[in-house]
Amino acid sequence: MHSALLAIDLFLVIEKLVLIVGIVSISLVIAMYETYAERKVAAFIQDRRGPNRAGPFGILQPLADGLKLFMKEEIIPNTSNRFLFILGPCLAMLAAMMTSAVIPWGGTLNVFGREVNLQIADINIGILYVFGVVSMGVYGIMIGGWASNNKFSLMAALRGASQVISYELPMGLSLIALLMLTGSLKMSEIVGQQLDSWYNVLYQPLGFFIFLVCAFAECNRTPFDLPEAENELNFGYHQEYSSMKLGFYLFAEYINMFISSVVMVTLFWGGYDIPFINDTSLSGMGNWLVLLQGLSLFIKVAIFIFVFMWVRWTIPRFRYDQLMNLGWKGLIPLSLVNMVVTAAIVLLKANGWKF
Amino acid sequence: MALGSAIMVVISRNPVHSVLWLIITFFAISGHYILMNAQFLGIVNLIVYAGAIMVLFLFVIMLMNLNAETEPQKNKWLKLAGVVAGGCLLLVLVAALKQAEVKGKVAMLETGDIGLIRNLGKALFTDFVVPFEISSILFLSAMVGAVVIGKK
Repeated sequence: MHSALLAIDLFLVIEKLVLIVGIVSISLVIAMYETYAERKVAAFIQDRRGPNRAGPFGILQPLADGLKLFMKEEIIPNTSNRFLFILGPCLAMLAAMMTSAVIPWGGTLNVFGREVNLQIADINIGILYVFGVVSMGVYGIMIGGWASNNKFSLMAALRGASQVISYELPMGLSLIALLMLTGSLKMSEIVGQQLDSWYNVLYQPLGFFIFLVCAFAECNRTPFDLPEAENELNFGYHQEYSSMKLGFYLFAEYINMFISSVVMVTLFWGGYDIPFINDTSLSGMGNWLVLLQGLSLFIKVAIFIFVFMWVRWTIPRFRYDQLMNLGWKGLIPLSLVNMVVTAAIVLLKANGWKF
Repeated sequence: MALGSAIMVVISRNPVHSVLWLIITFFAISGHYILMNAQFLGIVNLIVYAGAIMVLFLFVIMLMNLNAETEPQKNKWLKLAGVVAGGCLLLVLVAALKQAEVKGKVAMLETGDIGLIRNLGKALFTDFVVPFEISSILFLSAMVGAVVIGKK
């Protein structure tokens, strides 16, 4: 009895380990190719060619970039706080990767007679966990900016942190409206409800829009990339960084972009559901169906990543007071209204449309 | 871990290090909450305290640019008074905890899943709805107060 329990646990540990390693490496590879895609998209929008030297179509460019960053000299400023200076990029990277733990990447796979759920941790506070991790992401920026002992870095870190905190509020409020509809905080349940009905974006178009704008702000992407405004702050919070530590900061931004696209797809666009097809009718396909669903998730995510890049090269940067005004005076009241209206409709529906 | 990092909060020379240790303390406390199956409380503690309030603390301290040299020297008698007051507080706490310990354990074992979000919501909006609403009004008034001060 006891040994049987142990054996099962061992399998579980192996399964989760494989999943974690797989998902982490997938996100890293995707983030790598996001840098390539970003340059290609930018080139296309600006009528240029983009990177085309390394390999066919420049497809090896991210590897070359990574090699360059690794080979560069690592400089730690004399007056900086050594430990915190190194901790900063590590934290940024860690916070970026941790969110992927609660995302359902697909249904249950059948491997050698074992049901393998393609979600690392199906906890019943899934969305709150995402928020907790996102709010941790601020520390990477703040610690890095402060430890490099440079006024510009500090200013940029303060900007970044206050921006992330302010945009967390409308993000949370827009999600509350969504949660009232789904009635669950579990990511897997939210996707499950969308599998056999309409996607949540149809019920919550305003909520989705607010979430999208906030996601841009949380990732420090262009209309809101004030922490990296070169013309005001030289280079931003990573000014003193060099070599791979700088690479980690930039990489964390791309991973954040990927993860926030995944979260948006999961919450609003049906997660791993294949659009226009009733997935249950294909259940005879077994494992292939699960893989197809995973593929459809990644296609949706790729579309969102493209939207991120499209916006970056289309919309110019905001001024800092405009950014704060938009956040506090525009998005928060809008999401509050959205929340109240949704609550009223949910309540009316529960009462059978009687007042 | 919570105790160790709490001690480090007090004895670090650098105020920024103190704040960072305090964040680690909050993490440890959240860990305790989750171990007690109070997941909602644990994660909200992380979001609100570690995620928002401590960031504001860090803001202020980083901008004040404190370091060990500019720290004002404290009076010897003040230190002694501090030690005495702290000792008294410790005594009171130990006395209070000594009696409360057994009761607390029994309550925790019986209602293991009270911290899950569904039960928490039910308890808040049925049994404790009046205190809940009063505290929300308190928050609202605090918010209005902050706006009024900010407008000056």
